[in-house]
Amino acid sequence: MTPIIETHNLTVSYNRRPVLWDVDFSLPEGRLIGIIGPNGSGKTTLLKSIMGLVQPDSGYVKLFGQSLDEVRTRISYVPQRESVDWDFPVSVREVVEMGRYRRANLLRRLSSADRDIAADALHKVGLQDFAKRQISQLSGGQQQRVFIARALAQQADLYLMDEPFAGVDAASEQAILQLLTEMKAASKTVLIVHHDLQTVRQFFDWIVLLNTHLVASGPVESAFTEDHLRQAYGGQLTILSKVADLVKERHFPVREKPYKDRP
Amino acid sequence: MSSFFSFSDPNVQMVTLGVMLLGAGAAIVGCFTFVRKRALVGDAIAHAVLPGICLSFMITGQKHPLWLLAGAVVTGWLSLLFMDYITHRTKLKADAAIGAVLSLFFGLGILLLTAIQHSGSAQQAGLDKFLFGKAASLTQQDVIVFGLTTLLVLLVVFTFFKSFKLLAFDRDFAHAIGLPVRLLEFVLSTITVLSVATGIQAVGVVLMAALLITPAAAARFWTDSMQRMTGLAAGFGIVAGFFGAFVSYTAPSMPTGPWIVLLLSAIAVISVLLAPRRGILARWLLQAENSRKMLAENILKSFFSLSAKKEAISEADILEARPFSVTGLGRGLRRLQRRGLVQQSAPRTWQLTETGQIESRRVVRLHRLWELYLSHKLGLPADHVHNSAEAMEHLLTPEVEQHLLEELEYPVLDPHDSAIPYDIKTDAP
Amino acid sequence: MNAFWIILTGTLVAICGGLLGAFLLLRKMSMVGDAISHAVLPGIVIAYLLSGSREVLPMLVGAAAFGVFATVVIEALYRKARLQSDAAIGITFTGLFALGIVLISLFAGQVDLDLDCVLFGEIAYVPIDVWITPGGINMGPRAVWVTGGLLVLVLAMIGIGYKGLLLTTFNPEHAASIGISVAFWHYLLMSAVSVTTVVSFESVGAILVVAFLIVPPATAYLLTNKLKPMLALTVLFGLGAAVGGYYLASWIDGSIAGAMSVVAGVFFTAALVAKHKR
Repeated sequence: MTPIIETHNLTVSYNRRPVLWDVDFSLPEGRLIGIIGPNGSGKTTLLKSIMGLVQPDSGYVKLFGQSLDEVRTRISYVPQRESVDWDFPVSVREVVEMGRYRRANLLRRLSSADRDIAADALHKVGLQDFAKRQISQLSGGQQQRVFIARALAQQADLYLMDEPFAGVDAASEQAILQLLTEMKAASKTVLIVHHDLQTVRQFFDWIVLLNTHLVASGPVESAFTEDHLRQAYGGQLTILSKVADLVKERHFPVREKPYKDRP
Repeated sequence: MSSFFSFSDPNVQMVTLGVMLLGAGAAIVGCFTFVRKRALVGDAIAHAVLPGICLSFMITGQKHPLWLLAGAVVTGWLSLLFMDYITHRTKLKADAAIGAVLSLFFGLGILLLTAIQHSGSAQQAGLDKFLFGKAASLTQQDVIVFGLTTLLVLLVVFTFFKSFKLLAFDRDFAHAIGLPVRLLEFVLSTITVLSVATGIQAVGVVLMAALLITPAAAARFWTDSMQRMTGLAAGFGIVAGFFGAFVSYTAPSMPTGPWIVLLLSAIAVISVLLAPRRGILARWLLQAENSRKMLAENILKSFFSLSAKKEAISEADILEARPFSVTGLGRGLRRLQRRGLVQQSAPRTWQLTETGQIESRRVVRLHRLWELYLSHKLGLPADHVHNSAEAMEHLLTPEVEQHLLEELEYPVLDPHDSAIPYDIKTDAP
Repeated sequence: MNAFWIILTGTLVAICGGLLGAFLLLRKMSMVGDAISHAVLPGIVIAYLLSGSREVLPMLVGAAAFGVFATVVIEALYRKARLQSDAAIGITFTGLFALGIVLISLFAGQVDLDLDCVLFGEIAYVPIDVWITPGGINMGPRAVWVTGGLLVLVLAMIGIGYKGLLLTTFNPEHAASIGISVAFWHYLLMSAVSVTTVVSFESVGAILVVAFLIVPPATAYLLTNKLKPMLALTVLFGLGAAVGGYYLASWIDGSIAGAMSVVAGVFFTAALVAKHKR
């Protein structure tokens, strides 16, 4: 079976300083996968480079065994809640309907089928009564559910979510968790950036453990171990972070020739 | 023009000195505006002093510099309060608040100014110099009032320099260690408004923001120290003031402000391009040096692997072993020759000198050490580590090398089971 | 009749500026709009010098080129030279605006532009400059045709591109994730702002355009939390500013453009007060 996500020697910089070094893994389909690691370990950067939002210095990502552009409509990305201005003058329904926007229909009106799909997604997250509210009039957890509804409206097979549980009340957490279970049952794959170690076993069945490099990737039972956690949380590798500083300071390329190891 | 440079006219001397002082004052205060990321707030304040000047003239009916200054300070401060209110009490963000206040006050200023002009008052002539500045039209009285104001501003800055610096850098920390943050902010805002109100004598309200910000931004490229940055910015401000007076006396029909701003912009462009370390040219040179270093060290590596079989190596051998460009190889070899790392034994045939051998072993050692590090510490498979090492071998410093050796416990073999070449002199396991 | 043409021109300019300004405001780029409105000046002057007349097309090309150039320079200063964004904006627009003014004063004899026109335009002369067809028919003021044409373009852009603008403004990362070019919509909007600035330039001057770009949308934004009503209110406040400004200016005998921005500011302040009371 082709893995749903494959990264090859992925090295990514933020502000010219490498934050991910040679990350190499494959993820299976139909799992709830957590990306775990301390602050600054490159979790969000990894998600963004999978989604093509940041250019890697080297390496590549394959999704469904293909390149991103061939399978873009099968993937949905849920950014951090802070990535938007919640004072923005749009209603809950309008945001969810954005999940039906495509390159192909960008200049046309949404079809009634699209509107129905969006309404259905809103129903699934339990916010149908809030459809007309302006988005600032929601709690943090409700705002997160709006984002997830937008993602559901995309009807993707692979979901990439950046910290969907951050700053979320218990009721919303339960609702989101319930949705994730349903998505798994429908054999969707969900990749989630997560920072709360307490809930890892409860939420996920596969983890990717990062600390500016890949510490472990595997089923929770075998990968979520004391030993791996010590490697991930016991501080960054001194030499690695020193070399990252040197790369930035000397404006040095991470590869002799850019994209040399692309397929 | 000669009359300007001879400075025989005491009025010219005084105005020139005065304008240089204004330039320095605005640039110094501007450094704090800059580090507090309030460049555009400064722009709005500058536009907002115009209605104050017009109102002051309408009320008093004269152009006494003290009254004009008072009017400018009042509306300048009002605009600040207005912007603060909007950003803190409404959902409008800072940029919209700045833009709205700027256009409201400036529109009012223009309306009043045109109304005064149309009223045909005998005294009104010359108010429009506040739009684009006209240094030469300053009277002795003007120079005294604005010069003294600037001196006062400078005195305040020097007295509170450390506190202002801390406030700009970390307001919460300043508060925590018991500095009167509110009071300091009030003082800082007041001297900002004051230096804007005096600076417009030289550049006018429309371009005043440049006299605040551009010297500071240009200075920032040359230094990381706030003191030196302030000093440098003051220097740029003085040069700009002098230039403004020069333009104003030699080309009396020209507005002074735009020329001053063009000069400051040129200083900024030069700083962006040429400043050491932060400048763009410095970065290009660094990157070019990186490429030269990579080329030379890659040639050394080819020597290392070819030397196993024979000592004298032809350029054809090297090109066969690694796809250098012919010109690149020539350049790299000459560079290595200059540094005494290779010597020519026959036409187009070279061999490593003794130091060249040491150096080639060093590069290969770094390559293999980095491969080993990636495979041991990052758990990468052996067939994935080569590409990274190809680049990092040129970057790693002796200090990092020492760390690697210690952390890997002076390894013997790399992940591909090749021996790691040591030098007896440098490292003994 | 003159009053009608002046108010109509002011209204058309206010609507074009306000509609684009609403999107700038939501992108937190209002001051970039301000910067563009200053930065187009050298483009206008150079086009003037090259073509020797006030032909609309060369001015549009010159101004749009400099407007986009300014946004590119701001980006470059921010990303390549690592200068903080507010300073990058401040340096770029003051430098380019100064260049424009210097060009005007150097070529004063060849350029029929003066500093007053740059500052607050010549909307009072709009009715005089009429468009007469080769057949000799009086079509009314040229400025009304030009700004009217611009309004059609702006309405078409927002009408057709509404979803693209909305999506890339609200959440650019999401837009990029579904394969929509954020840069395309960014530069489309910036070009439209540049063109609007230059078309408005003759009427209200380079600086007061910014009053129309920022103040009516900011007022509307305070009063509603839905995008379409916000756009509608922006149009309304723009219209109000044009009408009110005209009569205010004739009452106190001052600049019409200045008065229009004062009235826009009065609406804005009233909206603030209304919000404060609630």
